[in-house]
Amino acid sequence: MAKELSCVVAGFGGQGSLFAGKVIATAGLIEDREVSWMPSYGPEMRGGTANCSVTLSDAPIGSPLVTRPNALIALNQPSFDKFIDAVVPGGIVVVDTAMVPQITEPEGVRVIGIPATKICEEAGTPGLGNIVLIGKLWAETGFCTEEALDGALAKVAGKKPEKLEQNRQAIKLGVNA
Amino acid sequence: MSEKVLMKGNEAMAESAMRAGCRFFFGYPITPQTEVAAYMAKMMPKVGGTYLQAESEVAAINMVYGASAAGARVMTSSSSPGISLKSEGISYMAGADLPGVIINVQRGGPGLGSIQPSQADYWQATKATGHGDFHIVVYAPSTVQEMADYAFKAFDTADKYRVPVMIMADGMLGQMMEPVVLPEARALEDLPEKPWATNGHGHKRPHNVANSLYLTAEDLEDLVRERYERYDAIIEGEQEAESYLTDDADIVLTAFGGAARVARSAVNAARERGIKAGLVRPITLWPFPTDAIEAVLPQAKAFLDVEMNMGQMLEDVRLAVAGRAPVEFFGRTGGVIPNPDEVLAAIVALNEKVGE
Repeated sequence: MAKELSCVVAGFGGQGSLFAGKVIATAGLIEDREVSWMPSYGPEMRGGTANCSVTLSDAPIGSPLVTRPNALIALNQPSFDKFIDAVVPGGIVVVDTAMVPQITEPEGVRVIGIPATKICEEAGTPGLGNIVLIGKLWAETGFCTEEALDGALAKVAGKKPEKLEQNRQAIKLGVNA
Repeated sequence: MSEKVLMKGNEAMAESAMRAGCRFFFGYPITPQTEVAAYMAKMMPKVGGTYLQAESEVAAINMVYGASAAGARVMTSSSSPGISLKSEGISYMAGADLPGVIINVQRGGPGLGSIQPSQADYWQATKATGHGDFHIVVYAPSTVQEMADYAFKAFDTADKYRVPVMIMADGMLGQMMEPVVLPEARALEDLPEKPWATNGHGHKRPHNVANSLYLTAEDLEDLVRERYERYDAIIEGEQEAESYLTDDADIVLTAFGGAARVARSAVNAARERGIKAGLVRPITLWPFPTDAIEAVLPQAKAFLDVEMNMGQMLEDVRLAVAGRAPVEFFGRTGGVIPNPDEVLAAIVALNEKVGE
């Protein structure tokens, strides 16, 4: 079993941060781990930074609100700035460099930048930057099995077969980036 | 057994209520409970039930009164300011001995307050959900699984004692998703008979009346006394609490609902530091689980009550402890969720204070 994942996924409303969090949470569900997913709600949903906390654990989860993440997926600059200092030493940050021009790397934190938005645009599947970043986070941490990740995509994005295929492709783009 | 699914607390309560036989839902939108109503709007027509968005919270609770009087399983849900508006109707239901389920997904107060998670309606729920001499049963789930379980159970408790039952959640529990196994759906024909219901009977019995007005004082006193005998039965038979690591605990935390999740993390962290901490988590807020407090009193050196308010359940903990140990408090309010680290700091400080 992988170690506990305490993850924050953050970006503008519409970038799919809540959706990305749902994919990660669903992977945990498939692995029958303890899982919590907690969205920001209210005014933040209307144009500011939409974010969610996701925890995958082998022990019952206390507060679902992740205040000290060991993984951060940042989809825009305000989100990066808001959460970067909260990441614990040893933690990992996966960031879309096409959207976050100013990157800092706190001591002990690994910051990995890939131009996720651009990568998926060039591949002809725009709007899947969030999924590309999940692919990268998974490649770097192995937070779940490959089967669980694929199963999560099928559960959350599997209503239309072509959409599912695009999401699978986006994961691969992230893994190989 | 149904499969484990990932669901929001608000949606789990709605689905579970329908599985318990709830076929009428009357509501009015308010954050952070709107998913309850949205789920009911989508799903209720599929089971032949009625979803209705009322013109106000006051109208919604009076529709609950009506459907309940007619013998149906019925629910409404709201968030703090909306519950205040419903309080008149809840009092009328208590006065007419009508069962029904009311969900409160609490947000910060007073007034319009904030829309973030809070537990500042504890006093309202347990002491004064409306005017007059009455109680309602109040369940405080702490996980999405419990939200499903107690939304289901609430209907049975309400029918058994003919009382309104409240599910006290908060914005955190309502909005979060967790894996949940939903209860098996109950067939409508298996629901308890309601011979008191004001429904059609083809002149085969005297007609029933749902009423809370008694102009003769002695009549009302007799009725209220009879109702308080039922409350005694509830206090006797329906207390529920979870005790976590309390067998050898020096410092016993008390917390319910969302705050109990944070308290549990803090207890674990305290144990890692060698502090014997434990948690008593009331699941019924009314009746307050005094038996669970009594059980930990022999070895508890001190209590630390943790809430997302300024200290409301604190008074019930102190009543139960009755001066036999110090009871301190840690809380955040206004919609702020406490951090496990700050609760741990309060445990450490209290442990130093009471330790030799």
